Amino acid sequence: MVPEENRFKGRAQRERAMMKLSITRRDMLIAGGLAAGAAALPAPAQANTQMETAIRSVVGQARINKGKVSLDLPPLVENGNTVPMAVTVDSPMTKADHVKAIHVFNEKNPQPNVLTVRLGPRAGKAHVSTRIRLADTQKVIAIAELSDGTFWSDSADVVVTLAACLEDPTI
Amino acid sequence: MSARALINVPAKAKRGEVIEIKTLISHIMETGFRHGTNGQTIPRDIITSLTCRYNGEEIFSTLFYPAVAANPFVTFNTVATESGTIAFTWEGDNGFSMTEEAKIVVE
Repeated sequence: MVPEENRFKGRAQRERAMMKLSITRRDMLIAGGLAAGAAALPAPAQANTQMETAIRSVVGQARINKGKVSLDLPPLVENGNTVPMAVTVDSPMTKADHVKAIHVFNEKNPQPNVLTVRLGPRAGKAHVSTRIRLADTQKVIAIAELSDGTFWSDSADVVVTLAACLEDPTI
Repeated sequence: MSARALINVPAKAKRGEVIEIKTLISHIMETGFRHGTNGQTIPRDIITSLTCRYNGEEIFSTLFYPAVAANPFVTFNTVATESGTIAFTWEGDNGFSMTEEAKIVVE
């Protein structure tokens, strides 16, 4: 977006120089338009905010760090009805340091939650795999909640050819 | 209401060994977002949770949402601590509840 904004600014400046006027009504309108455009940017899609809301309802105000978690999803999926998914968290899984929970979220399904897993030091290994549904080409995020209260995440972009939830159930 | 469940737990394990458990249950997992031929929404019918108990102590649980595929298949790990039973309970919409058990011998 920045280069485009610069381009517009550059154009406005050129026009101003050409017209040898300091501030015109026209410039004010252009500046107003740019400000309105910038204000509309942070919320690009409704689905995204829905996922953000779901994540915040689990995580609260805590910081979500990147790393430790590995979300394994195929990059290209032919059938969105069953997509194999595996989440592994790098953790010693001892009483003092273990994974408490793993939450998986999606961007564009009708509901942002996919799965919530609760585990503890008795798991031995922080790994879970299952099969999920994806309604569209989208981003999937896995967030791990550790025993020390920190959150770690990993995301994967998946291209879906045949979406889930669309097939006629009578066939 | 019952469904067919498959559980894969090793019959024998060494003490302290991390074992892999695989579970599969036959269930339609109707999302509640689809429409039937009459245009009406098909009501949601999913399994909402799976809880795993090792000799009565809860070691693993998951909450399922409609985004989990039909016939939920879950793989996870646990440490083989003692001989006994590992019980799996699935619960879901419309009062769905089912429990299966597997025996394990720890040497």
